[in-house]
Amino acid sequence: MNKVPIIPLGHAIDIEGVNKSFGENHVLHDINLKLSSDENLVILGRSGTGKSVLIKCIVGLEKYDSGVIYVLGNNIGTMDEFDLNDLRKDIGFLFQGGALYDSMTVEENLLFSLERNARHLARSEMNDLIDDVLESVGLLDAKFMMPVELSGGMKKRAGLARTLVLKPKVILYDEPTTGLDPFTSEGINELILSVKERYKTASIVVTHDMKTAKITADRMIIMERGEILARGSYDDLKRIDNEVIRGFFN
Amino acid sequence: MFRERLYRFFIELSNISVFTGSTLKHIFKRPFESKEFVRQLFETGYKSFGLISLTAFIMGLVLTIQTRPVMAEFGAESWVPAMVLIAIVVEIGPVITALLFAGKVGSRIGAELSSMRVTEQIDAMEVSGVYPMRYLVATRVLATTIMLPVLVFYADFMALLGSYLGYTMHNTIGLWLFIREAFDELYFYDLLPATIKTFFFGFFIGLLSCYKGYTTNKGAEGVGLATNMAVILSSLSIFIIDLIAVRITEIIVR
Repeated sequence: MNKVPIIPLGHAIDIEGVNKSFGENHVLHDINLKLSSDENLVILGRSGTGKSVLIKCIVGLEKYDSGVIYVLGNNIGTMDEFDLNDLRKDIGFLFQGGALYDSMTVEENLLFSLERNARHLARSEMNDLIDDVLESVGLLDAKFMMPVELSGGMKKRAGLARTLVLKPKVILYDEPTTGLDPFTSEGINELILSVKERYKTASIVVTHDMKTAKITADRMIIMERGEILARGSYDDLKRIDNEVIRGFFN
Repeated sequence: MFRERLYRFFIELSNISVFTGSTLKHIFKRPFESKEFVRQLFETGYKSFGLISLTAFIMGLVLTIQTRPVMAEFGAESWVPAMVLIAIVVEIGPVITALLFAGKVGSRIGAELSSMRVTEQIDAMEVSGVYPMRYLVATRVLATTIMLPVLVFYADFMALLGSYLGYTMHNTIGLWLFIREAFDELYFYDLLPATIKTFFFGFFIGLLSCYKGYTTNKGAEGVGLATNMAVILSSLSIFIIDLIAVRITEIIVR
């Protein structure tokens, strides 16, 4: 777990030989991947293949059994609670259901993170930043709404806005289009691309939706049963003759 | 089967110890979540006054109505105020108030935190650079630790009023004389251990309810289970702490 990897410059995330089990259930087998600081990497796979567990390991929500994960040059496995907390300000995470704090309005959701992580900002600066971010995700009109009043797509947009307000360097998207209709999914896909363009972030998008993968990916990885089955561009993967991979393209 | 249960019991015990350590660490770490702490004081304390008022008043009333005839038979009716007050201050007040508090506040905390856990709100806090242990747990544990003793004092007072009503159904006595007679036999060493143990009751109700809610992991079923276990463990801890407090007091007073 503590072997020292060589991190090539420009890599936002570097994962070497990561394994993770829940009891007898081995969910991640020898995962190796690198994410450049300017790319969108899509991890594609069926449900239960360990995609979400992998990004939760990256952000330190799950502990991995062996291997090493470097995020922005920091070894996640050896960091204490307080250092990890500092690092997390640079990592955005969009949860599958948005995970908005249900007792707060959309504005308060954004303010909650901001008040605790950007104490140097005056309240007026915070308000301007919140308005700016909400406008960029198309939710300025929903500023004073409660999460229960938002649709599925709006919840994900609000969740993304809460992440963006901290100006992260890396964003991890957990199934960003799951449970959304095709039109709303398309909006979220476009949002992922515009966020990369506007905020200059690197990102990992975990999904089982090939359309999302095709639109948002600079590079793709296909996972199956906790292992990386294939990696490459959309066109590279399309040419591979494998039943599981063909299943995604068909 | 027994060995496995024993193993699971010790695992749970060690997890609770780690959780306690982390809670204490975050109680003393700065910046403290003072706004949330004040909100919790209001939620746990102020919102419990109605329930505590009614139950404590009835408790004092019923206790007096039931003991008065027996005391009258022995010609000791004038001892009723003192006897009822001692029973309430030393044992019944703290324990019954704590049990009510565990049911009302413990279940609320267990349900709230477990629901936040299954909807990934706690994870969201963690990845946003916020300490959920500080914001959610430390504030709630501190609030229950402070508010329960306040509620117990208030419950004692309400029970005394109930007792006065019960006593005056058969006797004529002024309220101030009744209170003076009640306090005649109450000593500092009766009050001190009873007060100290309520801080422990409050701490463990908050801690165990937070623990069950914070560590749930079974979806909607887990929310129900966490709420249930929060009340059961909190109630159980009240009796265990009470037993320990009685033994310690007995040793010290002797």
